[in-house]
Amino acid sequence: MSEYSIEFQHLTKKFGEATILNDVSFGIVKNKITTILGFSGAGKTTLMKHILGLTMPTSGDVIVLDTTINKLGDLQLREFRRNFGMVFQYAALFDFLNSYENVAFPLREFTKMTEEEIKEKVMSLLESVGISKEAAFRLPSELSGGMRKRVGLARGLALDPHIMLYDEPTSGLDPITTHMVYDLMKETHYSNVHKGFTSVIISHDIHATLKYSDYIVFMEAGRVVEHLDVESFKKSENPVIRRFLEL
Amino acid sequence: MKVMVEKKIESLGIYVTDLLNGLGDFTNFTFKTIYWTFKPPYRWKLLFEQIYFIGNKSVFIIFLTSSFTGAVFAYQIYVGMKVINADSFIGPLVTIALAKELAPVLSGLVVAGRCGAAMAAQIGSMKVTEQIDALEVMGINSYQYLAVPRILGATISMPMLSAIFLLIGYGGSWLIGTKVLMIDEVTFTSKVSDFMELGMVTEGIIKATVFGYLIGIIGTYQGFNVTGGAEGVGKGTNMAVVWGMITVLVVDFFLTSFLTQIL
Ligand SMILES: Nc1ncnc2c1ncn2[C@@H]1O[C@H](COP(=O)(O)OP(=O)(O)OP(=O)(O)O)[C@@H](O)[C@H]1O
Ligand SMILES: [Mg+2]
Repeated sequence: MSEYSIEFQHLTKKFGEATILNDVSFGIVKNKITTILGFSGAGKTTLMKHILGLTMPTSGDVIVLDTTINKLGDLQLREFRRNFGMVFQYAALFDFLNSYENVAFPLREFTKMTEEEIKEKVMSLLESVGISKEAAFRLPSELSGGMRKRVGLARGLALDPHIMLYDEPTSGLDPITTHMVYDLMKETHYSNVHKGFTSVIISHDIHATLKYSDYIVFMEAGRVVEHLDVESFKKSENPVIRRFLEL
Repeated sequence: MKVMVEKKIESLGIYVTDLLNGLGDFTNFTFKTIYWTFKPPYRWKLLFEQIYFIGNKSVFIIFLTSSFTGAVFAYQIYVGMKVINADSFIGPLVTIALAKELAPVLSGLVVAGRCGAAMAAQIGSMKVTEQIDALEVMGINSYQYLAVPRILGATISMPMLSAIFLLIGYGGSWLIGTKVLMIDEVTFTSKVSDFMELGMVTEGIIKATVFGYLIGIIGTYQGFNVTGGAEGVGKGTNMAVVWGMITVLVVDFFLTSFLTQIL
């Protein structure tokens, strides 16, 4: 067993002529919170999609929980994805289902739970992210952005994943809600870490990142510029990072 | 001059490669959806929802289109036939035209406009809001979940709608023929049964089924191919309608020549 839950080995990704990820190699430490920072277009989302096997490398390998994900067959990959929970940038709730049904969706698809058990689980998940009973039966279009993110988080947690991925979980939220979401992510992390739980967050929010993460990966133009624990990151001499820190 | 010609050739080249790439993508999509149609789990609930949705959405407008088409057609033919004293042939003429051509083609155009567009819009907006990625992350194949029920739904609904079109259209022509143009009721119906053959109805049903499949696959393909925001969804929806309608008309031509030979 390696100390990493996710490892990139010489990962390169091209879309047509454009090289979006350029020889990326690093590991994401197990049971820790790692944040990927970087400017818009640096390749953060693309990197995250490689972890899930939604995008395949042009060359190089992505190893998740000791499995080389880009070598899995289609069915194995689908099976493997149950290790993940993902919260999308705009929550990506199914717009034809209400909050309750959104969270129940993975349970209905992948477990043999009875309606009773599903109800119990969904309600406790929604409660844990602070969604009221009344809001549970509203459609995503009738929720605020912050509420949608929280429902998205509840859905991501439904199948008890080992790796939680968040793509800009707080973009577009006010500072108070931002901290609420971060507290929620942290709480989720530490209440699951005894079972093995790794959190990866893509963020632009440098202050929250410094406060909540264990490790920081800094990306620029498809390359990983720095990969450090938070304390070393604060002391980094890299001019780009200094600029980011002084914001 | 030379530069201009080179530019023209270059842009033509780009156009041709785009076209070929598009065709390749479309073929690939077609095969994938066929593959996922036969792979469990079979999603019956989604299929029935789509049949209900497509049927429900179209039945009223099919009713309108068909009754007026039948009535107007009966009247126009009457005007022509009266001259040669053959106005009792209105019944069979209208019914045969409805069965073989008008019912499947007009139903096809209606369904392409209403349901092909809806498919592209629904799937397209799921694509740009990452809902399709969310499905895939949960280990669900989005072709199987979103495309297959819609394609099958359209394939199953279209012959039913076309049959409704035929019946209502016949009703419309019967009303005009017997109540307005005063053709004897018994003559009208007996002439129809003299000239109608089962093969004609079969031809229409086969056409409608093929159109339904094509409308479904074009609508869902356009949805999956949407890129970049709400504008992209609008463009995809538009493409679904335009290509759906063109396909119905063009394929009708080839199907007609093929089916009249074998039926
Ligand atoms: N499917 C694709 N086809 C072509 N280019 C793509 C595709 N996906 C991403 N790109 C390109 O890759 C680059 C990196 O995109 P990515 O979404 O990974 O950036 P990001 O770091 O997440 O940015 P942001 O902070 O704005 O979300 C962009 O230039 C984008 O245009
Ligand atoms: Mg991004």
